[in-house]
Amino acid sequence: MGKRSTSFYVLAGFFGLFLLFLYGPTITIAILSFQGPQGGLTFPMNGVSLHWFHDLFQQQAVGDIWGAFRRSLLLGLMVMVATVVVSVMAGLAFRKRFKGSGVLFYLAITSLVIPSILISLGVGLLFDQLGFKVHWSTSGFGSQLTWTLPFGLLIMFAVFNRFDKSYEEAARDQGASAWQIIWHVILPIIAPSLIGVALFGFTLSYDEFARTLLTSGSYNTLPLEIYGMTTNVTTPVIYALGTLTTLFSLMIIALFLLTVWVMGKRRSRFGSDAGKGV
Amino acid sequence: MAMSRHVVGWMQAAPLALVLAGFLVLPVILIVVVSFWGATEWSIYPAFLWDNYEFLFSSPVTYRVFFNTFKYALITWALTLGIGFTVAYFLAFHVRGQTTQIALFLLCTIPFWTSNIIRMISWIPFLGRNGIANQTLLDWGLINQPLEWLLYSDFSVILAFVHLYTLFMVVPIFNTMMRIDRSLLEAAYDNGASGFQTLWHVIVPLTKPGIMIGTIFVVTLVMGDFITVRFMSGSQSANVGRLISNDIALLQYPSAAATAVVLLCTVLLVIAILLRFVNIRKEL
Repeated sequence: MGKRSTSFYVLAGFFGLFLLFLYGPTITIAILSFQGPQGGLTFPMNGVSLHWFHDLFQQQAVGDIWGAFRRSLLLGLMVMVATVVVSVMAGLAFRKRFKGSGVLFYLAITSLVIPSILISLGVGLLFDQLGFKVHWSTSGFGSQLTWTLPFGLLIMFAVFNRFDKSYEEAARDQGASAWQIIWHVILPIIAPSLIGVALFGFTLSYDEFARTLLTSGSYNTLPLEIYGMTTNVTTPVIYALGTLTTLFSLMIIALFLLTVWVMGKRRSRFGSDAGKGV
Repeated sequence: MAMSRHVVGWMQAAPLALVLAGFLVLPVILIVVVSFWGATEWSIYPAFLWDNYEFLFSSPVTYRVFFNTFKYALITWALTLGIGFTVAYFLAFHVRGQTTQIALFLLCTIPFWTSNIIRMISWIPFLGRNGIANQTLLDWGLINQPLEWLLYSDFSVILAFVHLYTLFMVVPIFNTMMRIDRSLLEAAYDNGASGFQTLWHVIVPLTKPGIMIGTIFVVTLVMGDFITVRFMSGSQSANVGRLISNDIALLQYPSAAATAVVLLCTVLLVIAILLRFVNIRKEL
């Protein structure tokens, strides 16, 4: 490894600017959410206070932030579980070619690239024509799955493309049934990737907006609530809310990363029982 | 186990197939059907009319809005590709040590898991009339009065798109770059290629699949968008997505459906062209 070239420093500078571009605005509103009670939507800071955070916990003039948060949290967990289960099953299915697997794969890709407003409009129309009421836990749930499942499936493809089939064959040679192979061999090996799928499922749902807009019914999820606030709230309270929900997202991400890390540690410590005579 | 692999495959894929059937295929079919229906001011009724399409294709607004949509997609694509490629190239070939590489890569992807709405809102204090950008430029004496086009303009729309979607370029390009056999670079070097020649004749061609996947993401996200344009242009610009959402707000579902059908065809056509250049399943 030789000396760093000039191009390294130029690129590193560019990368630094990119990170600033990526995080700068978020950090700005995090700072501005500590505005004093008389402060406005931009600098200068008019004193420093927790006024706007405090405001969030008061009775709201408009909307129902905490109700929306609870709904988003629950919906996120529902979508997370569904995404993991459905993606793993589909990932297992796609390891072998079956009749119609090509069509199903292209449908999943379509689901990913289709303009979100079509899902919103279509699911809304479908429920209307069938005489069902749209609700975040039914139509909203399904609409969000059309966004999270393709991501889960693509991750499963990546996982199974790298999967060493000899483990499976070893189990089969020793007489394991198809179920035993999935449950005792495949799932434990791919477990860390499943945490990745879960992270996608939860966060994409928690922040999802476009596909939930016409399909969540009269009870808003948090992103919808925030979007509603942008039209009629002109105080830094919206920054305070933005800061809190971003912090919440960051906490979730950290939690997932930590889980992956701990699993990796445990695995390297307890991973192999070779030579232990089990 | 006498079950055929087709049956086993379908049993495992059934949940996915059901979700896609109920929330993708049926809704899209219904949109196509409704696009032929008629509408009064407060209700829609089944019919087989070409009125919605006739109106759509005879209105100059349609062409302007489609032009705008392509304009946003093209400019955003060029910018995200330039930035995304440079960032991925730096991470893949200039950062040493896998831990640093992964840490920096994660740093680039974390915003993907946070709220898009918040990330849009967070540009307001920066771009506003009395925002940080204008204040700084005034302080430096570069301008005499605040720039009006920073917020609520095409500029801010594209800035937000680039801010939101560059990740979709970085990730697939980085992924492809990491799989390039490093001995190819050494071979190029040994044969006397300059750094730039290696980049242009070795790395770029081998990175094409990643570029294509990123392109599909960015182009479809921008073409299907209706929130970013509305929010960042302060309702002053329109793209196809907004045209549809305006019709929905007016309860003109058949007209919204017709526009949606045309948008879907356009997007699928663009993707079909892009997919000729890459096999997605092989690249994961």
